[in-house]
Amino acid sequence: MQDPSAEPPFAAMDFSSSPVNRSLTPQDKIDFYRTMVRIRRFEHLALGQYQKDKMGGFLHLYIGQESVAVGAVSLMGENDHVITAYRDHGHALAVGMSMDECMAELFGKVTGCSKGKGGSMHFFAPDKNFWGGHGIVAGQTPLGLGLGYALKFKGLAGCALCFLGDGAINQGVFHESLNIAALFEIPVVYIIENNGYSMGTSQTRSSAYRDCLAQRAEAYNMAWDLVNGEDLYEVRAKTHIAMERARKEHRPSLLEIQTYRYYGHSVADANADKYRTPDEIERYKTYHDPIRLWERRLIEEGHLTAEEAKAMEKEATKETAKAIKFAESSPPPTVDDILHDVYWEVDEDTEAGNTGRHFFND
Amino acid sequence: MRELLYRHALREALDEELAHDENVVLLGEEVAEYNGAYKVTEGLWDKWGSKRVVDTPISEAGFIGMGVGASMLGVRPVMELMFWSFHSVAFDQLVNNAGCVRYMAGGKINVPIVVRGPANGGTNVGATHSHCPEGLFAAFPGLKVCAPATPADAKGLMKSAIRDNDPVFIMENTKLYGNSGEVPDPGEGEFLIPLGKADIKREGSDVSLIAHGRSVLHCLEAAETLRNDHKISAEVVDLRSIRPLDQEAILKSVVKTNRAVLVDESKPFNGVSSQIAALIQEHAFDHLDAPVKRVCSIDAPAIYSHHIEDEQLPNARRVVDQVLSIA
Repeated sequence: MQDPSAEPPFAAMDFSSSPVNRSLTPQDKIDFYRTMVRIRRFEHLALGQYQKDKMGGFLHLYIGQESVAVGAVSLMGENDHVITAYRDHGHALAVGMSMDECMAELFGKVTGCSKGKGGSMHFFAPDKNFWGGHGIVAGQTPLGLGLGYALKFKGLAGCALCFLGDGAINQGVFHESLNIAALFEIPVVYIIENNGYSMGTSQTRSSAYRDCLAQRAEAYNMAWDLVNGEDLYEVRAKTHIAMERARKEHRPSLLEIQTYRYYGHSVADANADKYRTPDEIERYKTYHDPIRLWERRLIEEGHLTAEEAKAMEKEATKETAKAIKFAESSPPPTVDDILHDVYWEVDEDTEAGNTGRHFFND
Repeated sequence: MRELLYRHALREALDEELAHDENVVLLGEEVAEYNGAYKVTEGLWDKWGSKRVVDTPISEAGFIGMGVGASMLGVRPVMELMFWSFHSVAFDQLVNNAGCVRYMAGGKINVPIVVRGPANGGTNVGATHSHCPEGLFAAFPGLKVCAPATPADAKGLMKSAIRDNDPVFIMENTKLYGNSGEVPDPGEGEFLIPLGKADIKREGSDVSLIAHGRSVLHCLEAAETLRNDHKISAEVVDLRSIRPLDQEAILKSVVKTNRAVLVDESKPFNGVSSQIAALIQEHAFDHLDAPVKRVCSIDAPAIYSHHIEDEQLPNARRVVDQVLSIA
């Protein structure tokens, strides 16, 4: 079957030769592929474990959106920071967190990235400039602003990438954040990962807009752009421009990256194929899958063979299986652990932490 | 000793901490060019400039969330809520982000912010501007709360709060800003009051009056009346810090006096006094000669009428009445 070309406004645009992509080595491109495949395998197998009751709570799968996190995070330098919402596994693996610590967190184990205290929605790796993993829709948007504020305050030439879903754009705090970002000239790039549905409510049923969601930035005199998320080259090219604007001019941007999730809002979303047609899901999987498109691209460019791609997938499956074993065999937190990590001063056993009563259990 | 107004003691604390740590930044509505809605930050923008003293738009959720995010990267924001009553529009940022992010990150993050501003009734501004949420926020592990009653405590607690590496919410009081009191001279060295240390504001032997914030002053006035008119010796325990809490000081006083009246400007249901009453009955039951009594704001939204609002709040007469009911 022949792929239909992308729909306007993306038709016939090729971003492979934009400066930030021209400088990529074949190995870089293969690494992007590997990271996307690892994210997808991690999540597919995590879903299997969820269905076996190995984890509690929610599991918001990123499958279908991998090119967004991988493309944007690949542009991060030493002073760039990233924060996102609860659909955070892709961003976590993209910044370099290990499958072991992520899977163990899902399993609620003490070896998890948050010691089993955060769960699926709350992955963190400050040492990799990754600040979560946040459960409340749009709750992270002023935090991303704060990361940018801190960079500017300290005179560091970096920026904050703040991801949010299309459902988050109707929360008040997001608009407060956009206003302050533009007013204070904060180096932050807001990235709406628009997968078309805020939970089960489609874009047209949840948001009022003229041409696209990112256009709302005009109200704040903020630069914005629309990005075809299925093309990793385009994600990188346009995100790079926004990041440079932030780093060099302290001007924020709002990007809307169009993408699609194959699974429900979370795996508890029993209606995932009711508020949209099976045809629609199939169409995305067949024609717009970012991993398959990237794979084809790399094969066309002569950097990858189908066999190598297969081998990488196998490798990712093996790595995930090992992570599952690690998670399974790790101990859960103890009752004593419940009271740690509440107050820094208590954990660090400082004088302040030892003055007065901090906990009230009896 | 020299005397300072409560608002000037706070300003001195902020000024000293701006000098002490280059990462301290004051943020809030009208804190800079306008000199503060209640003049707590008066002169600080002139002295420290726009990088360290920052006017924000009326956007509590936005700028408090921004401060939380900035603190994760090592900035130490001190953010003014023009009224603590405005907490409700920033609640997600105050509770979920400031209070929980450390825990959810397994201790990899800490949030060294201070949120400060007045939290009191008694100014005839109606229910929306008269909330006393110290008990509300003290109910969230991860947060710290204090409520100074005197200029010295205001200065000492503010300095400790800014140096603390956890989120600290300081509940000031518009009715106290103009009060004068002794504050040690900076020339005598750093003046810090640790969080979690109560202060016996008046020694006594017959009943413990346990309070925080402006209610401490009502207790002191009531103690005077009790001595003069009723020959009752009341001890006044000023909690100063709600969480962490100086439980030891509370129990020590109750064990000595065998009677306790808790005075708390918040409402009776789940106010600070509810927690103190629970602690006393659990840890000092055998020492009590009478039920623990409470004086709280009368249990309705804050009334506007200036003819009656003071009667809704704790006052010395209501404190005396409660003491006499168990004396």
